[in-house]
Amino acid sequence: MAARPSSWSILTDPLIRQNPVTLQILGLCSALAVTTSVATALTMSAALTAVLVLSAALISMIRNHIPGSIRLIVQIVIVASLVIVIDQLLQAYLFDISQRLSVFVSLITTNCLVLGRTESFSRHNPPGRAMLDALGNGLGYSLALLVIGSIRELFGTGAWLGWQVLPTVDQGGWFTPLSLMLLAPSGFFLLGGLVWALRSVLPEQAEDPELLPPDRPEDIA
Amino acid sequence: MSDLASLFLRAAFVENMPLTFFLGLCTFIALSRKTGPALGLGVAMVAVMGVTVPLNHVIFHGLLAPGAWAWAGLADTDLSYLRLIAFIGVIAATVQLLEMVLDRFFPAIHASFGVFLPLLTVQCAILAGSLFMVERSYTLAQSTVFGLGAGFGFAVAAVMLAAIRARLSYADLPRGLNGLGITFFLAGLMSLGFSAFAQMVAS
Repeated sequence: MAARPSSWSILTDPLIRQNPVTLQILGLCSALAVTTSVATALTMSAALTAVLVLSAALISMIRNHIPGSIRLIVQIVIVASLVIVIDQLLQAYLFDISQRLSVFVSLITTNCLVLGRTESFSRHNPPGRAMLDALGNGLGYSLALLVIGSIRELFGTGAWLGWQVLPTVDQGGWFTPLSLMLLAPSGFFLLGGLVWALRSVLPEQAEDPELLPPDRPEDIA
Repeated sequence: MSDLASLFLRAAFVENMPLTFFLGLCTFIALSRKTGPALGLGVAMVAVMGVTVPLNHVIFHGLLAPGAWAWAGLADTDLSYLRLIAFIGVIAATVQLLEMVLDRFFPAIHASFGVFLPLLTVQCAILAGSLFMVERSYTLAQSTVFGLGAGFGFAVAAVMLAAIRARLSYADLPRGLNGLGITFFLAGLMSLGFSAFAQMVAS
Protein backbone atom coordinates (compact mmCIF):
# COMPACT_ATOMS: atom_id res chain seq x y z
CA MET A 1 0.00 0.00 0.00
CA ALA A 2 1.97 3.01 -1.23
CA ALA A 3 -0.46 5.86 -0.60
CA ARG A 4 -2.88 5.25 2.23
CA PRO A 5 -6.37 5.82 0.88
CA SER A 6 -8.53 8.20 2.87
CA SER A 7 -11.27 6.90 5.13
CA TRP A 8 -13.93 8.31 2.85
CA SER A 9 -12.65 6.44 -0.16
CA ILE A 10 -12.34 3.24 1.88
CA LEU A 11 -16.03 3.57 2.63
CA THR A 12 -17.34 4.63 -0.76
CA ASP A 13 -15.10 2.80 -3.19
CA PRO A 14 -16.69 -0.60 -2.67
CA LEU A 15 -20.16 0.81 -3.39
CA ILE A 16 -19.84 0.90 -7.16
CA ARG A 17 -16.24 1.36 -8.24
CA GLN A 18 -14.91 -1.68 -6.35
CA ASN A 19 -18.23 -3.45 -5.89
CA PRO A 20 -17.62 -6.80 -4.21
CA VAL A 21 -20.15 -8.67 -6.34
CA THR A 22 -19.55 -7.27 -9.79
CA LEU A 23 -15.82 -6.58 -9.67
CA GLN A 24 -14.14 -8.57 -6.92
CA ILE A 25 -16.14 -11.77 -7.59
CA LEU A 26 -16.80 -12.25 -3.89
CA GLY A 27 -20.00 -13.39 -2.21
CA LEU A 28 -21.74 -14.58 -5.32
CA CYS A 29 -23.28 -17.75 -3.93
CA SER A 30 -25.81 -16.05 -1.73
CA ALA A 31 -26.16 -13.09 -4.08
CA LEU A 32 -27.91 -15.28 -6.61
CA ALA A 33 -29.70 -17.71 -4.34
CA VAL A 34 -31.61 -15.26 -2.13
CA THR A 35 -32.59 -12.69 -4.72
CA THR A 36 -35.90 -14.17 -5.82
CA SER A 37 -37.62 -11.50 -3.72
CA VAL A 38 -36.64 -8.11 -2.34
CA ALA A 39 -37.53 -8.93 1.27
CA THR A 40 -35.15 -11.89 1.49
CA ALA A 41 -32.45 -9.96 -0.34
CA LEU A 42 -32.70 -7.09 2.15
CA THR A 43 -32.66 -9.38 5.20
CA MET A 44 -29.71 -11.25 3.81
CA SER A 45 -27.84 -8.00 3.10
CA ALA A 46 -28.46 -6.71 6.61
CA ALA A 47 -27.33 -9.98 8.18
CA LEU A 48 -24.25 -10.12 6.02
CA THR A 49 -23.29 -6.49 6.66
CA ALA A 50 -23.62 -7.00 10.41
CA VAL A 51 -21.45 -10.12 10.36
CA LEU A 52 -18.92 -8.45 8.10
CA VAL A 53 -18.51 -5.32 10.26
CA LEU A 54 -18.34 -7.19 13.56
CA SER A 55 -15.92 -9.81 12.30
CA ALA A 56 -13.71 -7.14 10.74
CA ALA A 57 -13.58 -5.31 14.08
CA LEU A 58 -12.79 -8.44 16.10
CA ILE A 59 -10.20 -9.85 13.73
CA SER A 60 -8.53 -6.51 13.25
CA MET A 61 -8.23 -6.07 17.03
CA ILE A 62 -6.41 -9.38 17.50
CA ARG A 63 -4.59 -9.30 14.18
CA ASN A 64 -1.15 -9.08 15.77
CA HIS A 65 -1.75 -12.04 18.04
CA ILE A 66 -2.91 -14.63 15.49
CA PRO A 67 -0.13 -16.95 14.33
CA GLY A 68 -0.14 -17.12 10.54
CA SER A 69 -0.47 -20.85 10.29
CA ILE A 70 -3.76 -21.11 12.15
CA ARG A 71 -5.25 -17.77 11.13
CA LEU A 72 -7.89 -19.36 8.93
CA ILE A 73 -9.31 -21.45 11.72
CA VAL A 74 -9.33 -18.52 14.13
CA GLN A 75 -11.07 -16.25 11.61
CA ILE A 76 -13.61 -18.89 10.72
CA VAL A 77 -14.49 -19.63 14.32
CA ILE A 78 -15.09 -15.92 14.96
CA VAL A 79 -17.27 -15.63 11.86
CA ALA A 80 -19.17 -18.82 12.62
CA SER A 81 -19.95 -17.69 16.16
CA LEU A 82 -21.27 -14.37 14.86
CA VAL A 83 -23.38 -16.17 12.29
CA ILE A 84 -24.93 -18.41 14.92
CA VAL A 85 -25.88 -15.31 16.93
CA ILE A 86 -27.40 -13.59 13.89
CA ASP A 87 -29.23 -16.77 12.93
CA GLN A 88 -30.78 -17.07 16.40
CA LEU A 89 -31.78 -13.38 16.32
CA LEU A 90 -33.47 -13.81 12.94
CA GLN A 91 -35.33 -16.88 14.12
CA ALA A 92 -36.51 -14.99 17.18
CA TYR A 93 -37.71 -11.79 15.53
CA LEU A 94 -38.15 -12.45 11.78
CA PHE A 95 -39.24 -16.07 11.76
CA ASP A 96 -40.99 -16.08 8.35
CA ILE A 97 -38.06 -14.62 6.49
CA SER A 98 -35.58 -16.79 8.32
CA GLN A 99 -37.56 -19.83 7.15
CA ARG A 100 -37.41 -18.60 3.57
CA LEU A 101 -33.67 -17.96 3.76
CA SER A 102 -33.22 -21.50 5.18
CA VAL A 103 -29.61 -22.64 4.99
CA PHE A 104 -28.33 -19.46 3.43
CA VAL A 105 -27.99 -17.68 6.76
CA SER A 106 -25.71 -20.45 8.00
CA LEU A 107 -23.89 -20.22 4.72
CA ILE A 108 -22.89 -16.61 5.51
CA THR A 109 -20.09 -18.36 7.39
CA THR A 110 -18.78 -19.52 4.07
CA ASN A 111 -19.54 -16.35 2.18
CA CYS A 112 -16.32 -15.64 0.39
CA LEU A 113 -16.90 -11.92 0.91
CA VAL A 114 -16.44 -12.19 4.69
CA LEU A 115 -13.24 -14.18 4.61
CA GLY A 116 -11.98 -12.42 1.50
CA ARG A 117 -12.14 -9.03 3.22
CA THR A 118 -10.76 -10.21 6.55
CA GLU A 119 -7.97 -12.02 4.77
CA SER A 120 -7.03 -9.14 2.49
CA PHE A 121 -7.87 -6.04 4.54
CA SER A 122 -8.67 -6.49 8.24
CA ARG A 123 -5.55 -8.55 8.79
CA HIS A 124 -3.36 -5.54 7.95
CA ASN A 125 -5.33 -2.55 9.21
CA PRO A 126 -6.45 -1.05 12.52
CA PRO A 127 -10.04 -1.67 13.65
CA GLY A 128 -11.49 1.68 12.58
CA ARG A 129 -10.40 1.40 8.98
CA ALA A 130 -11.23 -2.30 8.88
CA MET A 131 -14.78 -1.56 10.00
CA LEU A 132 -15.18 1.20 7.43
CA ASP A 133 -13.97 -1.12 4.71
CA ALA A 134 -16.34 -3.84 5.92
CA LEU A 135 -19.26 -1.43 6.03
CA GLY A 136 -18.53 -0.20 2.52
CA ASN A 137 -18.30 -3.72 1.17
CA GLY A 138 -21.45 -4.74 2.98
CA LEU A 139 -23.32 -1.80 1.47
CA GLY A 140 -21.94 -2.52 -1.99
CA TYR A 141 -23.10 -6.10 -1.65
CA SER A 142 -26.53 -4.93 -0.49
CA LEU A 143 -26.79 -2.60 -3.47
CA ALA A 144 -26.08 -5.39 -5.95
CA LEU A 145 -28.53 -7.72 -4.20
CA LEU A 146 -31.21 -5.03 -4.12
CA VAL A 147 -30.92 -4.39 -7.86
CA ILE A 148 -31.03 -8.07 -8.82
CA GLY A 149 -33.76 -8.85 -6.29
CA SER A 150 -35.91 -5.97 -7.53
CA ILE A 151 -35.68 -7.08 -11.15
CA ARG A 152 -36.37 -10.71 -10.36
CA GLU A 153 -39.32 -10.02 -8.10
CA LEU A 154 -40.80 -7.34 -10.36
CA PHE A 155 -40.72 -9.41 -13.53
CA GLY A 156 -41.13 -12.81 -11.89
CA THR A 157 -44.25 -11.99 -9.88
CA GLY A 158 -45.22 -8.43 -10.84
CA ALA A 159 -44.72 -7.26 -7.27
CA TRP A 160 -42.06 -5.25 -5.46
CA LEU A 161 -41.50 -5.89 -1.77
CA GLY A 162 -44.97 -7.46 -1.64
CA TRP A 163 -46.84 -4.60 -3.34
CA GLN A 164 -48.45 -5.46 -6.67
CA VAL A 165 -46.85 -3.01 -9.09
CA LEU A 166 -47.70 -4.64 -12.40
CA PRO A 167 -51.24 -6.10 -12.41
CA THR A 168 -50.89 -9.77 -13.41
CA VAL A 169 -53.17 -11.64 -15.76
CA ASP A 170 -54.47 -13.77 -12.89
CA GLN A 171 -55.85 -10.65 -11.21
CA GLY A 172 -57.37 -9.27 -14.40
CA GLY A 173 -54.41 -7.12 -15.38
CA TRP A 174 -52.16 -7.32 -18.42
CA PHE A 175 -48.84 -8.56 -17.09
CA THR A 176 -47.84 -12.21 -17.59
CA PRO A 177 -45.23 -13.13 -14.97
CA LEU A 178 -42.01 -14.47 -16.41
CA SER A 179 -41.49 -17.59 -14.35
CA LEU A 180 -37.99 -18.01 -15.75
CA MET A 181 -37.03 -15.02 -13.59
CA LEU A 182 -37.54 -17.16 -10.49
CA LEU A 183 -35.35 -20.03 -11.73
CA ALA A 184 -31.61 -20.50 -11.45
CA PRO A 185 -30.45 -19.51 -14.96
CA SER A 186 -32.03 -16.06 -14.86
CA GLY A 187 -29.91 -15.17 -11.84
CA PHE A 188 -26.80 -15.78 -13.90
CA PHE A 189 -28.15 -13.84 -16.88
CA LEU A 190 -29.17 -10.84 -14.77
CA LEU A 191 -25.87 -10.65 -12.96
CA GLY A 192 -24.06 -10.92 -16.29
CA GLY A 193 -26.20 -8.11 -17.65
CA LEU A 194 -25.56 -6.01 -14.55
CA VAL A 195 -21.82 -6.46 -14.92
CA TRP A 196 -22.05 -5.55 -18.58
CA ALA A 197 -24.07 -2.43 -17.89
CA LEU A 198 -21.76 -1.30 -15.11
CA ARG A 199 -18.66 -1.82 -17.19
CA SER A 200 -20.14 0.06 -20.10
CA VAL A 201 -20.69 3.05 -17.82
CA LEU A 202 -17.32 2.71 -16.15
CA PRO A 203 -15.04 1.53 -18.95
CA GLU A 204 -11.96 1.45 -16.72
CA GLN A 205 -13.41 -1.66 -15.04
CA ALA A 206 -13.58 -3.63 -18.28
CA GLU A 207 -11.12 -6.47 -18.61
CA ASP A 208 -8.87 -6.47 -21.61
CA PRO A 209 -9.30 -9.45 -23.88
CA GLU A 210 -6.79 -12.10 -22.96
CA LEU A 211 -5.74 -12.74 -26.51
CA LEU A 212 -5.72 -10.11 -29.18
CA PRO A 213 -6.99 -11.08 -32.61
CA PRO A 214 -4.27 -11.75 -35.18
CA ASP A 215 -3.17 -8.90 -37.41
CA ARG A 216 -6.01 -7.36 -39.31
CA PRO A 217 -5.80 -7.21 -43.12
CA GLU A 218 -5.55 -3.42 -43.09
CA ASP A 219 -2.50 -3.63 -40.81
CA ILE A 220 -0.75 -5.89 -43.27
CA ALA A 221 -1.64 -3.81 -46.30
CA MET B 1 -25.07 -50.82 -5.09
CA SER B 2 -27.21 -49.26 -7.79
CA ASP B 3 -28.57 -46.93 -5.11
CA LEU B 4 -25.09 -45.61 -4.51
CA ALA B 5 -24.45 -45.24 -8.23
CA SER B 6 -27.63 -43.26 -8.73
CA LEU B 7 -26.82 -41.14 -5.68
CA PHE B 8 -23.45 -40.38 -7.27
CA LEU B 9 -25.07 -39.35 -10.56
CA ARG B 10 -27.65 -37.31 -8.73
CA ALA B 11 -25.08 -35.46 -6.64
CA ALA B 12 -22.88 -34.85 -9.68
CA PHE B 13 -25.40 -33.76 -12.30
CA VAL B 14 -28.97 -33.21 -11.11
CA GLU B 15 -27.95 -31.33 -7.99
CA ASN B 16 -24.86 -29.78 -9.46
CA MET B 17 -23.56 -27.45 -6.78
CA PRO B 18 -22.55 -24.36 -8.78
CA LEU B 19 -25.14 -24.52 -11.52
CA THR B 20 -28.37 -25.43 -9.74
CA PHE B 21 -27.72 -24.41 -6.12
CA PHE B 22 -25.43 -21.41 -6.75
CA LEU B 23 -22.99 -22.90 -4.27
CA GLY B 24 -19.27 -22.33 -4.57
CA LEU B 25 -19.65 -19.77 -7.31
CA CYS B 26 -16.79 -17.54 -6.26
CA THR B 27 -14.11 -20.13 -6.90
CA PHE B 28 -16.10 -21.57 -9.80
CA ILE B 29 -16.01 -18.28 -11.69
CA ALA B 30 -12.60 -17.08 -10.60
CA LEU B 31 -10.63 -20.23 -11.34
CA SER B 32 -12.26 -21.24 -14.62
CA ARG B 33 -10.19 -18.90 -16.75
CA LYS B 34 -7.98 -21.72 -18.01
CA THR B 35 -8.53 -25.46 -18.01
CA GLY B 36 -5.37 -26.22 -15.98
CA PRO B 37 -6.31 -24.41 -12.76
CA ALA B 38 -9.93 -25.49 -13.24
CA LEU B 39 -8.84 -29.11 -13.28
CA GLY B 40 -6.66 -28.52 -10.21
CA LEU B 41 -9.59 -26.93 -8.41
CA GLY B 42 -11.81 -29.84 -9.40
CA VAL B 43 -9.35 -32.38 -8.04
CA ALA B 44 -9.01 -30.38 -4.83
CA MET B 45 -12.80 -30.24 -4.51
CA VAL B 46 -13.15 -34.01 -4.96
CA ALA B 47 -10.41 -34.60 -2.40
CA VAL B 48 -11.72 -32.14 0.18
CA MET B 49 -15.36 -33.16 -0.15
CA GLY B 50 -14.57 -36.86 -0.27
CA VAL B 51 -12.73 -36.50 3.04
CA THR B 52 -14.79 -33.93 4.91
CA VAL B 53 -18.32 -35.21 4.30
CA PRO B 54 -17.73 -38.71 5.74
CA LEU B 55 -15.52 -37.27 8.50
CA ASN B 56 -18.25 -34.85 9.46
CA HIS B 57 -20.72 -37.72 9.34
CA VAL B 58 -18.66 -39.60 11.93
CA ILE B 59 -18.26 -36.50 14.10
CA PHE B 60 -21.92 -35.56 13.91
CA HIS B 61 -23.23 -39.00 14.78
CA GLY B 62 -20.49 -39.77 17.29
CA LEU B 63 -20.48 -36.51 19.23
CA LEU B 64 -23.19 -34.03 18.29
CA ALA B 65 -26.40 -35.85 17.37
CA PRO B 66 -29.13 -36.12 20.02
CA GLY B 67 -28.38 -39.14 22.18
CA ALA B 68 -24.76 -39.47 21.10
CA TRP B 69 -23.64 -39.20 24.71
CA ALA B 70 -26.08 -41.84 25.97
CA TRP B 71 -23.20 -44.14 26.94
CA ALA B 72 -21.98 -41.50 29.38
CA GLY B 73 -25.38 -41.19 30.99
CA LEU B 74 -26.23 -37.98 29.13
CA ALA B 75 -29.04 -39.32 26.95
CA ASP B 76 -30.76 -35.94 26.69
CA THR B 77 -27.74 -34.00 25.51
CA ASP B 78 -28.31 -32.48 22.08
CA LEU B 79 -25.27 -30.69 20.75
CA SER B 80 -26.42 -30.46 17.15
CA TYR B 81 -26.46 -26.66 17.28
CA LEU B 82 -22.68 -26.84 17.41
CA ARG B 83 -22.49 -28.55 14.04
CA LEU B 84 -21.73 -25.38 12.09
CA ILE B 85 -18.56 -24.71 14.07
CA ALA B 86 -17.56 -28.38 14.14
CA PHE B 87 -17.96 -28.80 10.39
CA ILE B 88 -16.12 -25.61 9.62
CA GLY B 89 -13.29 -26.62 11.90
CA VAL B 90 -12.89 -29.94 10.11
CA ILE B 91 -13.03 -28.28 6.70
CA ALA B 92 -10.56 -25.56 7.67
CA ALA B 93 -8.10 -28.11 9.01
CA THR B 94 -8.39 -30.23 5.87
CA VAL B 95 -7.87 -27.25 3.60
CA GLN B 96 -4.90 -26.00 5.56
CA LEU B 97 -3.36 -29.46 5.33
CA LEU B 98 -3.98 -29.49 1.59
CA GLU B 99 -2.42 -26.04 1.29
CA MET B 100 0.74 -27.16 3.09
CA VAL B 101 1.03 -30.30 0.95
CA LEU B 102 0.55 -28.34 -2.27
CA ASP B 103 2.99 -25.65 -1.19
CA ARG B 104 5.61 -28.28 -0.43
CA PHE B 105 5.19 -30.62 -3.39
CA PHE B 106 3.36 -28.70 -6.16
CA PRO B 107 4.38 -25.04 -5.85
CA ALA B 108 3.16 -24.22 -9.37
CA ILE B 109 -0.40 -25.31 -8.64
CA HIS B 110 -0.20 -23.58 -5.27
CA ALA B 111 0.81 -20.30 -6.92
CA SER B 112 -1.96 -20.49 -9.50
CA PHE B 113 -4.58 -20.87 -6.75
CA GLY B 114 -3.49 -17.64 -5.06
CA VAL B 115 -5.96 -16.35 -2.51
CA PHE B 116 -8.55 -18.85 -3.63
CA LEU B 117 -7.03 -21.86 -1.91
CA PRO B 118 -7.61 -20.48 1.60
CA LEU B 119 -11.03 -19.52 0.31
CA LEU B 120 -11.77 -23.22 -0.24
CA THR B 121 -12.34 -23.23 3.52
CA VAL B 122 -15.28 -20.97 2.93
CA GLN B 123 -16.38 -22.80 -0.16
CA CYS B 124 -20.13 -22.78 0.27
CA ALA B 125 -20.32 -26.05 -1.66
CA ILE B 126 -18.11 -27.91 0.79
CA LEU B 127 -19.96 -26.76 3.88
CA ALA B 128 -23.30 -27.27 2.16
CA GLY B 129 -22.26 -30.84 1.36
CA SER B 130 -21.90 -31.54 5.05
CA LEU B 131 -25.13 -29.73 5.92
CA PHE B 132 -27.07 -31.66 3.27
CA MET B 133 -25.56 -34.87 4.64
CA VAL B 134 -27.13 -34.14 8.03
CA GLU B 135 -30.41 -32.89 6.60
CA ARG B 136 -30.94 -35.99 4.45
CA SER B 137 -29.57 -38.40 7.11
CA TYR B 138 -27.20 -40.29 4.83
CA THR B 139 -25.34 -43.35 6.09
CA LEU B 140 -21.55 -43.35 6.14
CA ALA B 141 -21.30 -45.07 2.74
CA GLN B 142 -23.89 -42.76 1.25
CA SER B 143 -22.19 -39.64 2.57
CA THR B 144 -18.85 -40.74 1.11
CA VAL B 145 -20.47 -41.29 -2.28
CA PHE B 146 -22.37 -38.03 -1.98
CA GLY B 147 -19.21 -36.09 -1.17
CA LEU B 148 -17.28 -37.63 -4.05
CA GLY B 149 -20.20 -37.13 -6.44
CA ALA B 150 -20.73 -33.50 -5.52
CA GLY B 151 -17.01 -32.82 -5.86
CA PHE B 152 -16.96 -34.59 -9.21
CA GLY B 153 -19.94 -32.58 -10.46
CA PHE B 154 -18.18 -29.39 -9.44
CA ALA B 155 -15.02 -30.49 -11.25
CA VAL B 156 -16.94 -31.34 -14.42
CA ALA B 157 -18.77 -28.03 -14.43
CA ALA B 158 -15.59 -26.04 -13.75
CA VAL B 159 -13.60 -27.78 -16.49
CA MET B 160 -16.46 -27.40 -18.98
CA LEU B 161 -16.82 -23.72 -18.23
CA ALA B 162 -13.06 -23.23 -18.52
CA ALA B 163 -13.06 -25.03 -21.87
CA ILE B 164 -15.82 -22.79 -23.22
CA ARG B 165 -14.02 -19.71 -21.95
CA ALA B 166 -10.81 -20.83 -23.62
CA ARG B 167 -12.69 -21.27 -26.90
CA LEU B 168 -14.15 -17.81 -26.52
CA SER B 169 -10.88 -16.07 -25.83
CA TYR B 170 -10.52 -15.13 -29.49
CA ALA B 171 -14.12 -13.97 -29.77
CA ASP B 172 -14.69 -10.29 -30.39
CA LEU B 173 -17.00 -9.47 -27.49
CA PRO B 174 -18.35 -6.07 -26.52
CA ARG B 175 -15.73 -4.52 -24.27
CA GLY B 176 -17.84 -4.44 -21.13
CA LEU B 177 -18.73 -8.09 -21.52
CA ASN B 178 -15.16 -9.37 -21.48
CA GLY B 179 -14.21 -11.67 -18.63
CA LEU B 180 -16.76 -11.70 -15.84
CA GLY B 181 -19.82 -10.64 -17.81
CA ILE B 182 -19.68 -13.30 -20.48
CA THR B 183 -18.83 -15.91 -17.85
CA PHE B 184 -22.15 -15.31 -16.13
CA PHE B 185 -24.02 -15.71 -19.39
CA LEU B 186 -22.13 -18.94 -20.09
CA ALA B 187 -22.89 -20.23 -16.61
CA GLY B 188 -26.55 -19.38 -17.13
CA LEU B 189 -26.64 -21.31 -20.38
CA MET B 190 -24.87 -24.26 -18.76
CA SER B 191 -27.36 -24.11 -15.93
CA LEU B 192 -30.20 -24.36 -18.46
CA GLY B 193 -28.44 -27.36 -19.96
CA PHE B 194 -27.85 -29.08 -16.64
CA SER B 195 -31.51 -28.73 -15.73
CA ALA B 196 -32.15 -31.30 -18.45
CA PHE B 197 -30.27 -33.88 -16.35
CA ALA B 198 -33.15 -33.77 -13.89
CA GLN B 199 -34.97 -36.36 -15.96
CA MET B 200 -31.95 -38.65 -16.16
CA VAL B 201 -31.97 -39.97 -12.60
CA ALA B 202 -35.07 -41.27 -10.86
CA SER B 203 -35.52 -39.27 -7.69
